[in-house]
Amino acid sequence: MIYALCFYLFATITVFSAIMVISSRNPVHSVLYLILAFFNSAGLFILLGAEFIAMILVIVYVGAVAVLFMFVVMMLDIDYSELRKGFQKYLPIGGLIGLILLAELLLVGFGWGLSGPVTTDPATAIPALSEMSNTEAIGSLLYTKYAFLFQMAGLILLVAMIGAIVLTHRARPDVKKQNINDQVMRRRGDAYDIVKVKPGQGLG
Amino acid sequence: MMEIGLAHYLTVAAILFSIGIFGIFMNRKNVIVILMSVELILLAVNINFVAFSSYLNDMGGQIFTMFILTVAAGEAAIGLAILVIYYRNRGTIAVEDIHLMKG
Repeated sequence: MIYALCFYLFATITVFSAIMVISSRNPVHSVLYLILAFFNSAGLFILLGAEFIAMILVIVYVGAVAVLFMFVVMMLDIDYSELRKGFQKYLPIGGLIGLILLAELLLVGFGWGLSGPVTTDPATAIPALSEMSNTEAIGSLLYTKYAFLFQMAGLILLVAMIGAIVLTHRARPDVKKQNINDQVMRRRGDAYDIVKVKPGQGLG
Repeated sequence: MMEIGLAHYLTVAAILFSIGIFGIFMNRKNVIVILMSVELILLAVNINFVAFSSYLNDMGGQIFTMFILTVAAGEAAIGLAILVIYYRNRGTIAVEDIHLMKG
């Protein structure tokens, strides 16, 4: 009973805030509604028994991705009303495609059922909560069976970080900066000359 | 109605996914909202994965959700970086004006 009420609460707020994300006039509000959607889907994940994923969702999405969106929205000085001009124009075709897709997905969702004893033999069964917590279960699987994929995920994050830095970094020629390479490579001959001066003649 | 099953979660995920697609079509000019719609779509996929993981009693779905989270974070970072340099060069973020590479 409580479970069902919580589910409907989280699901309703998630769907509502998702609608507000795409329809609100101010992008700052969009980002805030995105954060609300993430929080409520974290609630859905907790209902499903995936606490670790729920916490990761809050930390990674709300703490990093949504804040990144917020930074970019506030950093760019854009006339957003200009960008919303095409909203009316695309409403019919977009609505049609969205509704068709939703109908198809719901048909699949309601027509789907477990046809056999699939649940009896999962490849990596979820251990009972009494013997292992959700975090422990994910860790014991992620660092053993999926260790290689785990490393690949780290590599993807590294490439994303380097890519973002390379893309947004700009060398500014008007700023004077210390060039350590030039300093270290400088030799005594570059700095001064020893000139043999004959007495009484001076430097020509 | 009060017995929450797998179909309920799949319905929520389907609605979220459709809203994401709808958002991409609606905000054809605003790249920031398009990126947020992509995040919504990935969230719907995550809900599907975790729901199946829970109801089929298989840990694999939750593991895969972690990798989706990784890719989503990287995608958001790169996408916003591209957005920032595009704005720096052109002074606008309207998607319809991005046809410089069109032959």
